[in-house]
Amino acid sequence: MDFWKDPLKVAADWLMGIFTGWGMPEIAAQILIGFLGILLLISLLMVLDIFLVWVERKVVSRFQDRIGPNRVGPFGLIQPFADIIKLLIKEDITPGGADRTVYNLAPILSMMSVLILWAVVPLAPAILGVDADLNIGALYIIAAGAIGTLSIIMAGWASNNKYSLIGAFREVAVMLSFEIPMLTVMLIPTIFAGSMGIVKIVNSQDTWYFFLAPLAALIFFIAAIAELGRAPFDMGEAESELVSGYNIEYSGMKFGMFYAGELLHAFTFGGFWAILFFGGYRFFGLELVNPLLAIAILFFKAFIGYWLIMWVRYTLLRIRIDHMLAFNWKFLTPVAFVLLMVTALMNALLSGLPGWLYVSGMFLSNVLLTWGALEIARHYSRGEREKVEGKQVVEVGH
Amino acid sequence: MTGEQITFLAVALFTLGSGFMVVTSGNLVHAALWLVSTLFGVAVTYAVLDASFLAVVQVVVYIGAIAILFIFAVMLTRKDMRDQGPQMNKNWWFGALLAVLTFAGLFFLLQGWDGMSRTAAVYPSNFDAVSELGNALTSPAGYVLPFEVASVLLVAALVGAVYVAFNRK
Repeated sequence: MDFWKDPLKVAADWLMGIFTGWGMPEIAAQILIGFLGILLLISLLMVLDIFLVWVERKVVSRFQDRIGPNRVGPFGLIQPFADIIKLLIKEDITPGGADRTVYNLAPILSMMSVLILWAVVPLAPAILGVDADLNIGALYIIAAGAIGTLSIIMAGWASNNKYSLIGAFREVAVMLSFEIPMLTVMLIPTIFAGSMGIVKIVNSQDTWYFFLAPLAALIFFIAAIAELGRAPFDMGEAESELVSGYNIEYSGMKFGMFYAGELLHAFTFGGFWAILFFGGYRFFGLELVNPLLAIAILFFKAFIGYWLIMWVRYTLLRIRIDHMLAFNWKFLTPVAFVLLMVTALMNALLSGLPGWLYVSGMFLSNVLLTWGALEIARHYSRGEREKVEGKQVVEVGH
Repeated sequence: MTGEQITFLAVALFTLGSGFMVVTSGNLVHAALWLVSTLFGVAVTYAVLDASFLAVVQVVVYIGAIAILFIFAVMLTRKDMRDQGPQMNKNWWFGALLAVLTFAGLFFLLQGWDGMSRTAAVYPSNFDAVSELGNALTSPAGYVLPFEVASVLLVAALVGAVYVAFNRK
């Protein structure tokens, strides 16, 4: 086993030799190495998270025609460390009447719900997470999201502040509702791959599932943005109507946990978008050269997804809460259900045909479904507008 | 004692302790949060039993949806969420009697069951529990009828809820 072919395996074997050499039983050494692996992954993620703060601030300033942090270090690269020091030395405020335990538990759960997602991320062909035999990867993502939802409602309630409670209600309503189209479109890669295991989904993407189901990729993207609570669904930062959101009363590093969790969550969902629809770590066989290269490919794709999420966030305005929910329940959810049924049907009809026919049939059914859905939505909204404004006579030829 | 037994005992103690806190904590939201941790303990029990699909579905459905709706309902129906009212009503002795009888009945029944001392069968390496479950739920020889009846029941509940909440102009 060459070090460059599978560095983690080599490192684990080396540590195993050392630990058993110290007289440790093999099972204990295995558990210890497992913990060290988790520690390594989480540390790398947290370091990445620090730089995501810098990336986010740099990108937002470019979108807003500013330069962004550029004073501390080259290109402002040390700015996030200054931010962290500021957060750490800020006064840690617990509002009067707050439920102390729940209040302190909420940011931890929020960060945890993001970090446990990485247990099922296939980083490279040789370095496998738990997913080696976990046939429920797609559902696991939703389950981790459930813990994030719980943390928000805990934060909103425990702060003993009516604005944070209303903010938590709204955010949780949005997250619960958008979970449904998200779970539904996650079943579409499952239909193609024949398994819910994420490794299998990645391995069976000889053509990216984006080309098989562009509409599913789009719905997943929209639902992911809502799940993250980012603009145009950012109920967590609704200054104009709620002062802020569920996190008003949090200060210092507790607020930092929510903030860092959100950034890492956005990056993670960029990664899941890449894994489910853009081939994960696969890129024309380049991933087989070296596992580190495969990780780099996955991170590159995840950063593209993250960049798109930021692009949407800093371009669009916040939608009103009832419009958010109406959009989900009256448009996105039915479209996702119909898409799932159409995909399952087409999969059964086209399964024996050659590859190019299968792909083009799937693609065409997606395009037709998108067109139909948009036509229905247009017809409906025109009817609504006429109800409000009266029949508009379009004047031609000024 | 094997590692699996230690894990099971720890999880069972955690689940039972949380369940005890659900019924004894005076604050309704705290009770709901303890319920979440009880349900999480049940999910871990499923995971210990190699039922990964059930474990994840337990978290998605019970923690992600039902427990959150419980908390919503508590928050929307109580005027003051810090209420510390009496825990018992005058039927407490009947509830306690029922609980003791149920426990005794289960204990008595399980005494004669030989499943306690049996070791679980080892799955073959390519055994896919999720596919097996899916096939069982959709094949006519399996559980397709109960599955469909449950679906119809849920749709009926949904329609009923919409009917009750519908605002007639």
